Amino acid sequence: MKWSELFTSSVGKKVIMALTGIFLILFLIVHVGLNATIWAMDGGEMFNKGAHFMGSNIVPRILEIGLFAGIILHIVQGLMLEFQNRSKRKQGYAVAMGNKGSKWYSRSMGVLGTLILLFLVVHIADFWLPNRSNQGFLLGEEINLYDKMQEVFKQEWVVALYLLGCFSLAWHLLHGFQSAFRTFGVSNKKYLALINCVGIGFSIIVPLAFAMMPVSFYFGWV
Amino acid sequence: MEQYSMNLTLKVWRQKNANEQGRFDTYQVKDISSEMSFLEMIDVLNEEMIREGKDPIAFDHDCREGICGMCSMYIDGRPHGPWQNNTVCQLHMRAYKDGDTIVIEPWRANAFPVIKDLMVDRSSFDRIIQAGGYISVNTGSPVDANAIPVNKDMADASFAAAACIGCGACVSACKNSSAMLFLSAKVTHLALLPQGDPERRSRALKMVAQMDKEGFGACTNTGACEAVCPKGISIENIARLNREYLAAGLVAE
Ligand code: HEM
Ligand code: SF4
Ligand code: FES
Repeated sequence: MKWSELFTSSVGKKVIMALTGIFLILFLIVHVGLNATIWAMDGGEMFNKGAHFMGSNIVPRILEIGLFAGIILHIVQGLMLEFQNRSKRKQGYAVAMGNKGSKWYSRSMGVLGTLILLFLVVHIADFWLPNRSNQGFLLGEEINLYDKMQEVFKQEWVVALYLLGCFSLAWHLLHGFQSAFRTFGVSNKKYLALINCVGIGFSIIVPLAFAMMPVSFYFGWV
Repeated sequence: MEQYSMNLTLKVWRQKNANEQGRFDTYQVKDISSEMSFLEMIDVLNEEMIREGKDPIAFDHDCREGICGMCSMYIDGRPHGPWQNNTVCQLHMRAYKDGDTIVIEPWRANAFPVIKDLMVDRSSFDRIIQAGGYISVNTGSPVDANAIPVNKDMADASFAAAACIGCGACVSACKNSSAMLFLSAKVTHLALLPQGDPERRSRALKMVAQMDKEGFGACTNTGACEAVCPKGISIENIARLNREYLAAGLVAE
């Protein structure tokens, strides 16, 4: 069996979703941890140090390429799967099954993902793009990202969009976190129970922490 | 429970054949006993239609005792109707009350084309089994029961998976029209027994390849299949199938 056969089968496609999904989860841990330094109450000193380390150091900059590759793969494969799966029932039901047996968010991964994507486009245009272009996309001079956040999060619609992004992420992860492990083949009830608990905790805590960042700037708490 | 009788309105999907457009027709049925089965209620309607020279409703059934997997009706938004762990043939009219309206549709999936009315072609399932859902040895006459040691837990898990009757409710319930619960039941049933072990790798690969070819969708672990399965096949089997498939796919040349 060729690699191409393995990863284009229905199970293989799901494995790509799970691998890239877990990779994005790992990224989120680093991202939320570093950004939490805005609450150090030091006018952004610690935050800017962290941002400088990530932006001027060759290792995170190389990892960044992997991150972009991972998220693009996740999005493209995710949307393709969504449309392929939908096309498998040309004639739909008159009476929908709805929530009899499955959770709404487990059936809405494509929509939730698209909302996250919407947020991501704005988010990258807000911070990543201005900062990197200032650096000449190499290791040049960075902008003060803490000041930038203060400026960006003055706008209500931006704060609202960020909250929508975090809200969608929470539901996406609530299904995605445990689903990824099932895709990897974890069938042992003892482990599934553990994964479920960690997944619920992660899906609430991380998006909530992210959501509090624009809110903190908007209300001038930091 | 007291026996009672009821009058009902049925909205039934009628379709001449796979190529024709179908539609819902509405029927009134009278004096239905609460002790009848759902299929007997349809029989009453069909006999009346035959007497009137009309085309009766085509539907699949065989054993009428919940073991063959032939009956297949999507009733009011749920495969096999409102009861848990149950087939349509074992659904009884005491689930309904006088004046109820019931909407009946066939399983819907590209891989299960409608033959007529509520009857769908499920031979895609047969082809998945033919692709690898067997043990390729001549078994001959039975050997001593204890000649091959089998771990009791494994035997129980295998037996639970072997309870799958191949009805297709899992596909019908799944938003992706995925056949993974069915497939995982078949793969688990054989993989956990020593007799099935030698072919477990190639079996998972071949059966998944056939499933994809038949036009079923990919699983996204929503759990709708497990909720409607008349035999209580657990979704954990899908994770086991994923594991079998990955282990096989990563080492297969
Ligand atoms: C930081 C952002 C994201 C994270 C952490 C994330 C995480 C995950 C995880 C863990 C899974 C489960 C994989 C599995 O079930 O095996 C998943 C599935 C999926 N994701 Fe994402 N995702 C993110 C963004 C996106 C975006 C932007 C899209 C699309 C535009 C998207 C679309 C999907 C789809 C369609 C699935 C498959 C649904 C399913 O298997 O139930 N995701 N994601
Ligand atoms: S897994 Fe359950 S629902 Fe699916 S075919 Fe087997 S018995 Fe029917
Ligand atoms: S008719 Fe055999 S299971 Fe229903």
